[in-house]
Amino acid sequence: MNRLALVEAEALPVSATATVGVLPAPTAPRWDPRLYQIATLAGLLGYGIWWLDLEVQPQTAVTIVLSALVTQLVCTRLAGRGPFDPRSALISGLSLCLLMRTGVPSLAVLAAITAIASKFTLRIRDKHVFNPTNFALVAMLLFAQDVWVSPGQWGSGIVFAFLLASAGALVVNRAARADVTLAFLACYAGLLIGRSLWLGEPLAIPLHRLENGALVLFSFFMISDPRTTPDSRLGRVLFAALVALGAYTVQFWLFRTNGLLWSLAVCSLSVPLIDRFLPGPRFRWPAATAHPGERKLV
Amino acid sequence: MKLAAIVVTTVLTVALAAATALAFCGFYVARADTKLFNQASQVVLVRHENKTVITMANDFKGDPKEFAIVVPVPTILEKGQIRVGDRAVIEHLDAYSAPRLVEYFDDDPCRPHIQYYSRGATLRELAAQDRMAERAKSLGVTIEAQYTVGEYDILILSAKESAGLEAWLRDGGYRLPTGASAVLGSYLKQGMKFFVARVNLKEQARLGFTYLRPLQMAFESPKFMLPIRLGTLNADGPQELFVFALTRKGRVETTNYRTVRLPTGSELPLYVKDEFPQFYRAMFAEQVKRESMRAVFLEYAWDMSWCDPCAADPLSPEELRKLGVFWLAENGAGGAPDPRRIRPGGPVDVFMTRLHVRYDATSFPEDLVFQETVDRANFQGRYILHHPWKGEVKCEAAERYRQALRVRAEREAANLSSLTGWPIEDVRRKIGPLGEVKPDNRPWWQKLFAD
Repeated sequence: MNRLALVEAEALPVSATATVGVLPAPTAPRWDPRLYQIATLAGLLGYGIWWLDLEVQPQTAVTIVLSALVTQLVCTRLAGRGPFDPRSALISGLSLCLLMRTGVPSLAVLAAITAIASKFTLRIRDKHVFNPTNFALVAMLLFAQDVWVSPGQWGSGIVFAFLLASAGALVVNRAARADVTLAFLACYAGLLIGRSLWLGEPLAIPLHRLENGALVLFSFFMISDPRTTPDSRLGRVLFAALVALGAYTVQFWLFRTNGLLWSLAVCSLSVPLIDRFLPGPRFRWPAATAHPGERKLV
Repeated sequence: MKLAAIVVTTVLTVALAAATALAFCGFYVARADTKLFNQASQVVLVRHENKTVITMANDFKGDPKEFAIVVPVPTILEKGQIRVGDRAVIEHLDAYSAPRLVEYFDDDPCRPHIQYYSRGATLRELAAQDRMAERAKSLGVTIEAQYTVGEYDILILSAKESAGLEAWLRDGGYRLPTGASAVLGSYLKQGMKFFVARVNLKEQARLGFTYLRPLQMAFESPKFMLPIRLGTLNADGPQELFVFALTRKGRVETTNYRTVRLPTGSELPLYVKDEFPQFYRAMFAEQVKRESMRAVFLEYAWDMSWCDPCAADPLSPEELRKLGVFWLAENGAGGAPDPRRIRPGGPVDVFMTRLHVRYDATSFPEDLVFQETVDRANFQGRYILHHPWKGEVKCEAAERYRQALRVRAEREAANLSSLTGWPIEDVRRKIGPLGEVKPDNRPWWQKLFAD
């Protein structure tokens, strides 16, 4: 693992040449998929705040995003891992804004710090174990008193789900992790539909569950994180199936909410194992000369 | 799927306890030819950890002998887990949390006190058994328990398959809506039992109640939900359900449907005072339409130690216990004392959420699933009237005040029109000339007593 690989492991800019300046060099890759992701997440946040009246105060959102960026800056400096790149931290911050609810500003800050710090600290084989947002949410749900997640608040409008999926698909395709998303959705849909068929319920029930905005958000923006999914395609499909099974278990066996988040967090622990038995090329964000979605061996 | 099926069944049977209440929010089963239509059901959901107490009330107005309910429940309930509730307490809870109208009186513009006027949007309420054990057995239906509680004869049924259960209920004179079999079947496969209640006319006559009292059941289950599917089967059009959740940590919301705060805090034209029920119905209908009937509406979320303004006094610890708030009994009178809270008898450790949902089978295909959040932010449906200054105004500020009144009247008209969907022209016509300060020509005694 050389120095470059370390930089990449941080989901940093990633251009072998773009190492100067705080922001990615203008000559860098045509489009970093993360820019699409940032734009989409920001759009969703705006939609949530102004149209859906989500319980997110604009000032809280700003606080979370700023805290994530500052933590990224500090951790990058402390770890000596090359130049500061705000993109991944921005994504984590925006995702937290979309999903986490709290009435205590200091907890919002703590969640942002936890998310980013986990990337630098919880690592196995030089790969961070948890999706930062997922880790922060689960940690906060476990250990903080005043945090909750509202999985129903995105509603089930089919149009909205479609838009979100389309926008998400773009991100996924650019990041070349469509396989995780598709495999997860296929498994989860299979479980939900199978359950309803067995129970003799109308298909409207599983379809309504699948239209859930939070599920779409999770499938296209969280589980698809290329930095934390297994390296090989087979491994990713296996991982997706595990997450789907876990989420189903939490929802229908344990009757708890936020099954997707709990399941992803627990299944993330299996990724090093999957990588060991099903090795594959490690993902790196596209370099200047690479096409989006291209992967290289590290 | 076979394996999954077995596991799911097992888990549900053992743990699922259920929630369920429901059919109550739906699913009345008529025994004669009466067409039953349940318009507004009320459910009080008391929950902490996995302990749940559900009280179901409705506004059934037909002949009591026609009344029956079938509610899927997670476990076999013993007699001690069921009791008859007190309708008056639910009415009190309803009044306490009802959307409210408040009035402000302008001060003399030439030289500002608040008076509250609250009027609850009114709601309403609720709920024989056979010697058919032999027949039940042949149909694969088991009568797990049967007893009389208050004026109700209650059966707890389990069944091997829905067809047998359906046949048994039909034989017993229950009129089941079309499609009931499939829904019963899905609950059966989830390991649920059925709570069936009918009115025991003798007991009712002996007890002397002229209305049906609410039914209350207590059980433990990890599941925090209300089964509404049976209720959608026999409904003519959408149904109305109010859920009053009493919890410890904070606000309750649905996890599989959007929970939306109703518009609140709007200033409205004064004439709404005389038409508040019409206003509220129209506004609710309009909001339901805007959300395509796919949302659950939050009407009230408040720490039950106090209220401001109060549509009714907060409930006493005794009343809360009647509703099933079991932790008050464990703790004595209430939770930790908090001097900020204002409430006769001291603070109570109860947070109330009032949810209002209008639903049908298409827009709400699955049962309501809830979660308790830690959100303790207060919310209430509150609508504001501003009375203009009625006294004499002789100063420079008077003209500015009149202008401001015209602007305010226009804004109030726009608010009302937007909230209810009523045409703005109609609203303006009813308001009268904008901003006119009408002289108060009432006799002195009328002014005195009206205030």
